[in-house]
Amino acid sequence: MKVFRSTLVWPLVALVVLLVFNAVASPGFFHVEWKDGRLFGTVVDIFNQGARVPMLLALGMTLVIATGGVDLSVGSIMAVSGAVAAMQVNAGAPMVQAVGAGLGLATLLGLVNGVLIARVGLQPIIATLVMMVAGRGLAMLLTGSQMVPFANRSLTWLANGSVGGLPVPVVLVLGLAVVTGWVLRRTAAGLFIEATGDNEKASRLAGIQTGGVRLAVYGFSGFCAGLSGVLEAANISAADPARIGDTRELDAIFAVVAGGTALTGGRFSLAGSVVGALLLQTLTLTLYNQNVAPAVAPVPKAVVILAVCLLHSPRLRARFGKRTQPVAA
Amino acid sequence: MSELLHAEGIVKRFGSFTALKGVTFRLRAGEIHALMGENGAGKSTLIKVLTGVHEADGGTVTVAGRGIRAASPREAEAAGISTVYQEVNLLPNLSVAENILMGRQPMRGPFIRHGEVKRRARAALARLGLEVDVGALLGTFPVAVQQMTAIARALDQEARVLILDEPTSSLDARESEELFAVMRRLRDEGMGIVFVSHFLDQIYAVSDRITVLRDGALVGTWEAAGLPRLELVSHMIGKEVTAGGGDGGVISVGGAEAFRVEGLERKGTVGPLTFSVMAGEATGLAGLLGSGRTETARMLFGIDAATGGRVTAGAEAVDLGSPRAAMAAGLAFCSEDRKVEGIIPSLSVRENIVLAMQASRGVLRRVPRAEQEALAARFIAALNIRTRGPETPIGTLSGGNQQKCLLARWMAMQPRLLILDEPTRGIDVGAKAEIEALCGELRRAGMSILFISAELEEVVRNCSRVVVLRDRRQAAVLDGPAISLRTIMETVAAS
Repeated sequence: MKVFRSTLVWPLVALVVLLVFNAVASPGFFHVEWKDGRLFGTVVDIFNQGARVPMLLALGMTLVIATGGVDLSVGSIMAVSGAVAAMQVNAGAPMVQAVGAGLGLATLLGLVNGVLIARVGLQPIIATLVMMVAGRGLAMLLTGSQMVPFANRSLTWLANGSVGGLPVPVVLVLGLAVVTGWVLRRTAAGLFIEATGDNEKASRLAGIQTGGVRLAVYGFSGFCAGLSGVLEAANISAADPARIGDTRELDAIFAVVAGGTALTGGRFSLAGSVVGALLLQTLTLTLYNQNVAPAVAPVPKAVVILAVCLLHSPRLRARFGKRTQPVAA
Repeated sequence: MSELLHAEGIVKRFGSFTALKGVTFRLRAGEIHALMGENGAGKSTLIKVLTGVHEADGGTVTVAGRGIRAASPREAEAAGISTVYQEVNLLPNLSVAENILMGRQPMRGPFIRHGEVKRRARAALARLGLEVDVGALLGTFPVAVQQMTAIARALDQEARVLILDEPTSSLDARESEELFAVMRRLRDEGMGIVFVSHFLDQIYAVSDRITVLRDGALVGTWEAAGLPRLELVSHMIGKEVTAGGGDGGVISVGGAEAFRVEGLERKGTVGPLTFSVMAGEATGLAGLLGSGRTETARMLFGIDAATGGRVTAGAEAVDLGSPRAAMAAGLAFCSEDRKVEGIIPSLSVRENIVLAMQASRGVLRRVPRAEQEALAARFIAALNIRTRGPETPIGTLSGGNQQKCLLARWMAMQPRLLILDEPTRGIDVGAKAEIEALCGELRRAGMSILFISAELEEVVRNCSRVVVLRDRRQAAVLDGPAISLRTIMETVAAS
């Protein structure tokens, strides 16, 4: 029964259950067709939309949460970077420069979070709450509170184009996830992040620069949010400073927690967060397909979230096997 | 003299651990009574039982002949027992007057009578000879005034028993003297005062009687004037002054000087200290609880910054700016607080062992997995660490095995000086012997060890030189043949 003690198994089980439900309830759910040199279908949509926001935000959020913190500002940082990229292309800048400016500013805002937390000593929830409010305000200020439409085919391609038949965001985000995971395990960064989140004092006494670790994860979270904001703007060829990323930080936190990374910090699972993000997106789409009104959709969503979190509790999991000792995946 | 407080046969258990094993304590009216004991003696537990923080599992408490069963601090206060803790537990954002009257404000209908609050606060402070603006926020005053406020609060509720738990630990000498003057005045007014302090000088300066606890049991109560310091120390640590065992320390191997500590101090905490650490030898740090042992270690490892003095290795000055800097200079530090400052509980034994080595290499030069596994396997075998495997979370291991993992973490660094702060605390006898044997091996391999332990016999057994601390200052450095339980205790007790 070792498989039931892995952190990855429960979000996967929930995802499979949801997919089976969809296969029965909405015929054609798994129908995928090849048209104009790319794949189309509901499942492809789930991956595409899931990659663009929850998965991308969850990458950064996983590392932040692993250090025992939280980043509430990712939604607002999305709005800032989307606005900056849109205004840059409107000013005639090439796509790469526009995206670079958006990502650069987003990373900078993430690092500001890191400085407030690691150097000034603010609680992560406070520091990033400040940035959540200030970031949204900054996006409004930059755009004059107006939607910024743009017509730039290469920027739009980032969200709507395809590479080898797959949507660009899927390739981009899964690629980023794989590279991130590889770097974290090939260097000692993963170990340092887990050690810092599990016992910061002891980590510092063992010689780890815990301040630098925290600074880096908030910077990375800002970067991920920035990319997500650019993709959101590119998707509709417009940056809406009021709506891009609104409350999406909660989606990211859910994806991370559902994926088996504890809010108390320590051990983390990037793969778990990716599955958690897919679960969230599938759930959203399922509710939409079943004609659940958007206003009441959060209720069934909350039930599923609660169920997955309970499955992660060691006490509850103990009932599935005789051994209660949790083992790291 | 009338008996004010009488605690008889107090028993307090926490789970399977018995913190107080039938302790009897008597306090007279008009006396200052010192309560003494080392770590784990049961002082704090006894105070918490008297003040209603803990409920006793057995025994009786009477105040002025009337039995009380204080189930909460409020009930204890109502019975006339007031406590002033080391960390003043008042409310810094309220005024001095509000703090003194908190919970007992004179009311008119639903309204607080602020004038009356101030009048009574001033009256209470006047009895202590203190005149301050009682309307000002408490947090704006120095700790000494805050402490007086806490005492004034006790006076206002007509406390007959006042417990002062390490009241002088954050006061300077002059402030301490003022506090003692107040204590004497209150004693002369008939109050019974329980005084807890780690400073022998202060104990003898104000106390009338002294009660010593050890391992949760009463050792005895004596008139302060009739109890020589040396005898007091021997009662506290539970060793006969005449004990001959383990005398002489470890014979010096005559190694070269590895580190020299010169006038190192942290103002208000510990020092100045001057001693040498020889290669291949263990240097002990001995002294009573609160004498500055751990503070010295923390200063040497760059955790708390030194305000003066220096450490040199040969001709080079050692940078003690941070733990990382100290590590780079060849220092390693095993904290006494294994849980808070040592283990990373949910990481594996392997990861815990490689952590310091990895940190010193930096984030990019990862120790290859195969090397990590070889390292973990080597130390698990060499130190006889009992674990299901190298991938078991360290938090699930026993205390002794956790300690061995932490030793492995620092041994892997091959430091020149290993600072061991209470390496054998809270672990079983077998593991203790293993850790001592290990220290011997490390010494023979040429490593220097700074050995800190409350158990003097351990210090005598392992060290070739002992720095004795008293009241956070260096009292003496004992060498080779001069090291014995007796000489250490005499140095600790000297005035």
